[in-house]
Amino acid sequence: MMLARCNALSAFFEYMSQKRILEVQNLCKSFSGVKVLDHITFNLEEGEVHALMGENGAGKSTFMKILMGLLPADSGEIILDGEQIQHTNVHEMLKRGISMIHQEILMVPELTVAQNIFLGKEIHHFSWLNDAAIYKKTRELLKTLNVNIDANAKMKHLSIADKQMVEIAKAISNNAKIIIMDEPTSALSDKEVSTLFTIIKDLTSKGVAIIYISHKMDEIYQISDRITVLRDGQYIATKSAQELPIKDLISMMVGREIEDIFPKTEHSIGETIIRVSNLSQTGKFENINFEVKSGEVLGIAGLVGAGRTEVARAIAGLDEFEEGEIFINQEKVAVRSPKAAMKLGIGYVSEDRKALGFIPQLSIKQNITLSSLPSLSNSWFVSDTQEEALANQMKNNLKIKASSINQKLIYLSGGNQQKVVIAKVLSSSPQIIILDEPTRGIDIGAKFEIYKLINELKSKGLAVILISSELPEIFGVSDRILVLSKGKKTALLSRQEATQEKVMQYAIH
Amino acid sequence: MQYIKNLRQYGILIAFLAVCLTLSLISPQFLTLSNWLIIFTQVSINALLAFGVTFVIITGGIDLSIGSVVAVTGVAAALLARQDSYPVIIPILGGLFVGLLFGLLNGLIITKSKIAPFIVTLGVMTIGRGLALIISKGRPISNLSESFNFIGGGDILGIPFPIIILFVVFIICSIVLKKTIFGRYVYAVGGNQQAAWASGINVNQVKMAVYALCGLLSGLAGILLTSRITTGQPNAGMSFELDAIAAAVIGGSSTSGGVGSIQGTLFGVILIGVLNNGLDLLNVSSYYQQVVMGVIIIGAVLLDSWNQKIKD
Repeated sequence: MMLARCNALSAFFEYMSQKRILEVQNLCKSFSGVKVLDHITFNLEEGEVHALMGENGAGKSTFMKILMGLLPADSGEIILDGEQIQHTNVHEMLKRGISMIHQEILMVPELTVAQNIFLGKEIHHFSWLNDAAIYKKTRELLKTLNVNIDANAKMKHLSIADKQMVEIAKAISNNAKIIIMDEPTSALSDKEVSTLFTIIKDLTSKGVAIIYISHKMDEIYQISDRITVLRDGQYIATKSAQELPIKDLISMMVGREIEDIFPKTEHSIGETIIRVSNLSQTGKFENINFEVKSGEVLGIAGLVGAGRTEVARAIAGLDEFEEGEIFINQEKVAVRSPKAAMKLGIGYVSEDRKALGFIPQLSIKQNITLSSLPSLSNSWFVSDTQEEALANQMKNNLKIKASSINQKLIYLSGGNQQKVVIAKVLSSSPQIIILDEPTRGIDIGAKFEIYKLINELKSKGLAVILISSELPEIFGVSDRILVLSKGKKTALLSRQEATQEKVMQYAIH
Repeated sequence: MQYIKNLRQYGILIAFLAVCLTLSLISPQFLTLSNWLIIFTQVSINALLAFGVTFVIITGGIDLSIGSVVAVTGVAAALLARQDSYPVIIPILGGLFVGLLFGLLNGLIITKSKIAPFIVTLGVMTIGRGLALIISKGRPISNLSESFNFIGGGDILGIPFPIIILFVVFIICSIVLKKTIFGRYVYAVGGNQQAAWASGINVNQVKMAVYALCGLLSGLAGILLTSRITTGQPNAGMSFELDAIAAAVIGGSSTSGGVGSIQGTLFGVILIGVLNNGLDLLNVSSYYQQVVMGVIIIGAVLLDSWNQKIKD
């Protein structure tokens, strides 16, 4: 039955796909002499989901920015609906039916859902706003999407998932023919992802084409019809998703074969370094107990909203907690601030690297040393030589890709920014490191390097706490797995006894 | 390409040199040493204020109270500096102390209450002006000691003392901002306050320190001004904060924080000074001078944002 439906669908797609709505040829773009896009070819057919794959820095974002009219191309052709596009801007592209759902949501937090959706295209009579009309239209729109969001709610009160749905509603309200989705599921729970996919299928059946950017392989294969791979600014290939095995896709993206993404190493586990006892904070988490030993990785699994990040923030001194105790090397400690936590040897790599991770205007060097400046010198002055030595060492160890350590963080890709943040935390010589979604939104090559790094930290005797929404990642590197659900500990499993099914069961407990 | 980029980057410098060249062609007095000593003496007070406010602006804050702090510290110093009262060190320390207190007050309210610096320092600006009028009973305070008047009016080996103060403070401020850990934290707090805090930086301490430093430098400027005009004037320093902020902004500081330098600010200060001086030499009315200054401020920031776009 299911299969028959799939066949019917693909036949339908084939019929629809006869119409090509976007054709890109020989697109080139350079930034200060560096070729970011080198003769890119791409085409999009009506009603298809076309995945755009590539590592960070492959040129996907630049390509999308050019399509959106945010950046001009140096040379090449963009043909939209049979018409060649030249010297365009965002307004023009929106009008022509291209919309983008951004990785970072671009909405006005103080305005309501309806006001945001109709921002820039308000309904009015001689400048008098017709609020009733936009609320009515928004409610209809949200209804067709089958989502339960209040049109009167202020944007800032919405969950990230709901904000994303509003972005999609906005794109539809622009009569978009092409919707670009850049990592749309990075902050969504599994259930929300399946809602999104239902919406995508509905849209494509109406002839909307989707350009889908994601680093999550399972999603790509679940949703996309065709896959185009870019690498180092160059077009590699376009293949039908069914005809491209995952192994080939990965090697096309990284340009080499990766045998085992989770490197296995043998080393011994030592004494308990950190013990958390009965940690509680009303409305966030309750009675959390665990310990992590030297050379051990504790994975924390759970759904979005299970309280994983909240526990991590409390241990790292970012938030207060009402009850409970933290022991480091058997000694009871007080973590009143991030500064205090760092002095105790707790390093925290936040899930939100943009807000809490780095200073965009400072250089790689200055970001890496930000948490360890006082220990680099014994006076009030920054020691230039020590600082440079540390930054260079970290840049090499973590394979941070940049022309120099003096490059500012704004100009780095997400994966490299993440490496800089990790380098900063490592520079403060922690004994415990908490990695909260360390591979979110970064490419497979950089992910692999982070897994290797976690193993290195283990062998150096650090206690590692890894929070991740990607179960393969949790299984790949953890020694034990703590499962949280609704702020409570529901299981603590060893890697041997844990299975994906078990963990999921405890996560929805 | 690289050449054009550099040209744009130094666009404001080139514009500045062009102004100097034009002025020196039109007015033979312009390029003389004595004229430049006048320029630097005239800008010394604005320079001290602008250096202080540069630190504040880099953290993403603003200090509107500095003009009033100049008045209140000036009056306080004058009260202590009247002839036959105290040795000269007392009015100096007194003025600096009052300036520091105002800076700490700004910093304390901003860090404890989380009210926007614009509002807090606007309030403190009015408080400061009121206090200056109260302690001086609304009258100028004159008859100051000879040694006190030396600060603003004396010279060493022909170099006016205010210029010496300007350069000493310039060097100290540059080093503090570029070479010390505190200076790095100033940039970090302005660049991304949350990330700075999560990186183990005591953000409130940094903010307290920049407002305190700005207050202290305003105190020094107040002493210098009082000494120069040999009177403690409760109405002195009106709208000085705007000149100081203008100099910082012309010099490349971004009011959204994280960007700026003391060198840039000094450049902004000198540019304003040269324009005022040149337009004076050319007998341009002060009404027109204000219009020119406004154009320069907006032009400088515009040029800066173009540079940013080219870099991106």
